[in-house]
Amino acid sequence: MNQAQPKPPQSPTALSRPFWEGAAAGRLMIQRCAACGKLRHYPRLLCDACYSDAVEWIEASRRGTIHSWTVAHHAFHPAFKDELPYTLVTVDLEEGVRALGRWTGEPPAIGQPVTGAFVARPDGVDLVFAPSTA
Amino acid sequence: MSLRDRSCVTGIGETAYLRGATKSAFELQVEASLKAIADAGLTPKDIDGVIPIGIVSGTADDFIENFGLPDLRFSAQVPHGGASPAMALQAAAMAVANGVCSHVLITFGRNISAVAAGGNKAGARIHNMPQFHYVTEFEHPMGASAPAQLYAPMARRHMELYGTTVEQFGEVAVACREHALLNGNAVMKKPITLEDHRQSRMIADPFRLLDCSLESDGGAAVVVSSAERARDLRHRRVFISGVAAGHPDSPGSITQRPDMTSLGLAKAAPRAFRMAGVTPADIDVAEIYDCFTYAVIRQLEDMGFCAKGEGGPFVSGGRLRIGGALPTNTHGGLLSQAHVWGLNHVVELARQLRGDGGRAQVAGAEVGVVTGYGDMGDGALAIMRRE
Repeated sequence: MNQAQPKPPQSPTALSRPFWEGAAAGRLMIQRCAACGKLRHYPRLLCDACYSDAVEWIEASRRGTIHSWTVAHHAFHPAFKDELPYTLVTVDLEEGVRALGRWTGEPPAIGQPVTGAFVARPDGVDLVFAPSTA
Repeated sequence: MSLRDRSCVTGIGETAYLRGATKSAFELQVEASLKAIADAGLTPKDIDGVIPIGIVSGTADDFIENFGLPDLRFSAQVPHGGASPAMALQAAAMAVANGVCSHVLITFGRNISAVAAGGNKAGARIHNMPQFHYVTEFEHPMGASAPAQLYAPMARRHMELYGTTVEQFGEVAVACREHALLNGNAVMKKPITLEDHRQSRMIADPFRLLDCSLESDGGAAVVVSSAERARDLRHRRVFISGVAAGHPDSPGSITQRPDMTSLGLAKAAPRAFRMAGVTPADIDVAEIYDCFTYAVIRQLEDMGFCAKGEGGPFVSGGRLRIGGALPTNTHGGLLSQAHVWGLNHVVELARQLRGDGGRAQVAGAEVGVVTGYGDMGDGALAIMRRE
């Protein structure tokens, strides 16, 4: 097993740089249209409601509910082979957009309240969700 | 003016489907193209329109150069993965119905064995494609890399909301395999049972190995001609009666799609059925894009063969098998015949409607539907009928 195989890189673009800089600092940043206020994620050039390209970035709560999930049992990229099986969750964030993240522990359930945190990895950070504590 | 019955699929051609082909993708594409042109009763120089599927093998210019096409009047690219063949039928139908050209060659070839041998497997390949840029930037680094992993949450949610079961996925896999065994040209050659499906290894929960389509090599091609010109060609006319395309919201990211259980086909299907003047109850045979078993169940719902959430029960009890309520993927599909982006589905529907389906022929097949589904949810369908 080649432990040194790097994962696919996290490569910010001019459009997404505030997201990745926020992630590195533990903050989930999403776009808000500076003209009409509509929130959007993943980062896009234009607001699809008012077509403004004026944008500001806000910090999202990282809280939401499970929309769906999968457990990977086959590595389609060699860097993930040693982590099998691993769970991926799609989360409806309180802000009305979604996030994809990793999951640890008992299998998730659709609708389950969850909270995410950015966890360091050698070349960046992963968003990892866990059940919300009451 | 409606496109209804103004164009026909006049020629069909396929190479042998296999793994480990020694011919290049373009050689396979040329072989299938020459077969389709000859099948129509045409010569290569009669072709005046070309739509290569994907930019994975020959370009339109390559066909001018190799066939000596004297006057190519129409070419197009339809960059929507597995939806491209059915979308290409739409483009071709528009072109020939409006006199832009007379005979459009829709053609595909791939040698995925050669590509994969270079380490470029499905989980890596899509990240070279611009339409996957959101996945590449935000999901691939976390290990959500390949279509199986990206589609699995759609299937999981369908199971949780509607009670769709592993056995119902298995019904799709078993029907396709049974049909592939009737076909002398299928990659998979051994029968499977529902239990084999359930016991196959998990790939991306809920998808097991036998829920996933094949990686295989081969070429396929069809010729679309104007209904008038088709009158003089070799075969009984097979009309394109209705054809339409549609795209899901958030096409580039399933994660962000408002309803991840809805596909572009849901928007397209009413348009195509209206154009054709038929309903799902009129369909005798269906060739449904089957990248995963779940995709067939989902598309049956999107086309209105059953209500949303009823796709699982709809496929149960062998209803997709020949002799069942809706014989589906009579060639074995992407799951068991070959993966040539679904152009084999178009070929098979034309073959069925000509009555040339051999051991897989659906008795009395007069009206059928073929779908395409690509790049995470783009959809298209064509409803065809025999003269």
